[in-house]
Amino acid sequence: MPEMTYRQALKTAMAEEMERDESVLLMGEDIGVYGGTHLITDGLIDRFGPKRVIDTPIAEGGFTGAAIGMAMLGLKPIVEMMTWSFSFLASDQIIQTAAKVRYFSGGQVEVPLVVRGPNGGGVQLSAQHTHSMENLYGHFPGLKVVSPVTPADVKGMMLTAIRDPNPVVFLEAGALYGTKGEVPDGDGGVPFGKARVAREGTDVSLISYGRQVNLCLRVADRLEEEDGVSAEVIDVRSIRPLDEDTIVESVKKTHRAVAVQEQWRLFGVASETASIIQEKAFDYLDAPVIRVSGAEVPAPYARNLEVAAFPNEQQVANAARRTLYMEEK
Amino acid sequence: MPAESEERAGDGGVETQEQRGASSVATNGDHLVELYKEMVFIRVFEEACSRGFKKGKVGGYMHVYIGQEAIATGFLDAYREGDRIITAYRDHPHVLLLGSDPKAVMAELYGKGTGMVKGKGGSMHLFDVEKGFMGGYGIVGGHIPLGVGMAYALRYEETDHIVQTYLGDGSMSIGYFHEAVNLAGLWGKDGMCPCLFILENNQYGMGTSVERTTAMTDLVRKFDAYGVENEKVDGMDLEAVLEVAHRAAERVRETGKPYAVEALTYRTVPHGAADFLEKYRTKDEINKWRKRDPIGLLEHKLLENGLLDQDAVEEIRNETKQTMSEVTRFAEESDEPPLEELYTDVYAGEDEYMGEK
Ligand SMILES: Cc1ncc(C[n+]2csc(CCOP(=O)(O)OP(=O)(O)O)c2C)c(N)n1
Repeated sequence: MPEMTYRQALKTAMAEEMERDESVLLMGEDIGVYGGTHLITDGLIDRFGPKRVIDTPIAEGGFTGAAIGMAMLGLKPIVEMMTWSFSFLASDQIIQTAAKVRYFSGGQVEVPLVVRGPNGGGVQLSAQHTHSMENLYGHFPGLKVVSPVTPADVKGMMLTAIRDPNPVVFLEAGALYGTKGEVPDGDGGVPFGKARVAREGTDVSLISYGRQVNLCLRVADRLEEEDGVSAEVIDVRSIRPLDEDTIVESVKKTHRAVAVQEQWRLFGVASETASIIQEKAFDYLDAPVIRVSGAEVPAPYARNLEVAAFPNEQQVANAARRTLYMEEK
Repeated sequence: MPAESEERAGDGGVETQEQRGASSVATNGDHLVELYKEMVFIRVFEEACSRGFKKGKVGGYMHVYIGQEAIATGFLDAYREGDRIITAYRDHPHVLLLGSDPKAVMAELYGKGTGMVKGKGGSMHLFDVEKGFMGGYGIVGGHIPLGVGMAYALRYEETDHIVQTYLGDGSMSIGYFHEAVNLAGLWGKDGMCPCLFILENNQYGMGTSVERTTAMTDLVRKFDAYGVENEKVDGMDLEAVLEVAHRAAERVRETGKPYAVEALTYRTVPHGAADFLEKYRTKDEINKWRKRDPIGLLEHKLLENGLLDQDAVEEIRNETKQTMSEVTRFAEESDEPPLEELYTDVYAGEDEYMGEK
């Protein structure tokens, strides 16, 4: 298997699918001539031309709406949000049109649309450019929402997203664009609605998605080394549909769970995870489910403050220890 | 009633272009009579569903098109199979004029399972994709970028179809209008945006007049800012609308460039079926505009030219009312949607519904 970066995995998936399917096209601000703010689409305008790699004006609501119109007539646009933070301006179209038009047309139309871009923090972009959108978009029926972390999943889930006849919100871990991993060749998609067991364990389940999965993996190593605790790490990766079974199965085995999210504590995916566990595995629990979340502040700029604003190894490790009634460190 | 009236509402009157084909009454007489019947049909439909609303049989919001009939009738006369039509929530006439089953439209308003969108959308969200009608939408201006994107798709697929995107004066203040028309102008430079914008200027957005929403009340000129050529037409005069509609549609079809037409009109009924107070305008103003009622104007012309006589007019009305009572009866007698429909059409593809039922 070739090794590639998160960034290359994204580009590979999109370019390969564009080769296979004429109806796939890209739209967004500075994705063509400029090469993409995060260089995800670099060079694609030369390969596919400006009709298929469309540099748009700065008009998130307008071009997302136009992409929805294209999708309703059978094209498969992939729209880049320069950062998901700008999608507040497009959220009206994503939520009010893309998610609902199939329903309110009585099933007469489909919207095979992908909206993608960097989500979450970690690169000091501060308050207006740093948000985690999974709970916002994950709330709405009609959308599919995914948040992959490995380059292999990035490629596979992007292929699935493009082929899906529904609007897909594709949340990339922007801070990880340069990270590497093995990516299988071929055109196989990774299905939505199926969580990944990133590490097997027996004593506590660390449940997360996106960038925080890597954090959980580091914590699992540390717990094993320092405390002799075997932690299982679940990468949810698909927010809607959410694979409740894998979460519940893991907790039935470990009897303890910590749900980790970068976003704010209330109303987030971790809250949802805790709620699913108490509904479906209450009798298996040996301790309350603990959430570890971002600090209740707008994202700060300074390196040390930003680090302090997001979940860290110590917080997650201590949360795991609490579920095991062990001393915190 | 006078065929040519000097009367305009307030001081916001927009000059109308006087380039109608003067001889078309004579040459296209039969066609005009057909269109007259269509206008009567959509008027009688609106009257019938308004009665349904008053009786509590139609729920939610409902907006009717009374006073504006010449616009959709004229522009949709230029519709060719494969074209797409998109508008906001004042959408009954557009879908009816495209030949959709009026029973399915009425049943939708009545919230029945036989409704056009299975009772899932109501008055504001009619759709008949097979007939080219890509929907009614409820967020003011939100459909304008969709129309622009559809136009791009039609050229991307190398067809010569066009999109007719209808919009109201009120929608010109929202960002969507500006973002979408800017895109249209831009894509049109490469012949990639065959979108005909039809600005239905009925002079009010709900209770707010054009003068109270913008300092630049020569509305169609806002398209100038984005390089989209445009003109105005008297939206009460079907013949004038027809002339512009065909010319503009062909131009858009040929060039792949967007074009905009402002049709000045007036809604002689309240904004929505639920508001009766009309504190924002005077009875005098409404009465003035009633004299320029598009159906009345056309009827007058047809009578004058001997294409119709009073008996024929009566007969058309009676027949239409007859048909409409069947339409209404169908809606009344249809069943509500089965409850299983609650969970269908959320997702396309295999996982039709992903939630808990
Ligand atoms: C974004 C948004 N804001 C407000 C409304 C409420 N609203 C419904 S219709 C309307 C007036 C729109 O006027 P116009 O575009 O001129 O269309 P008309 O009703 O005259 O056909 C308003 C403000 C809405 N539906 N959407």
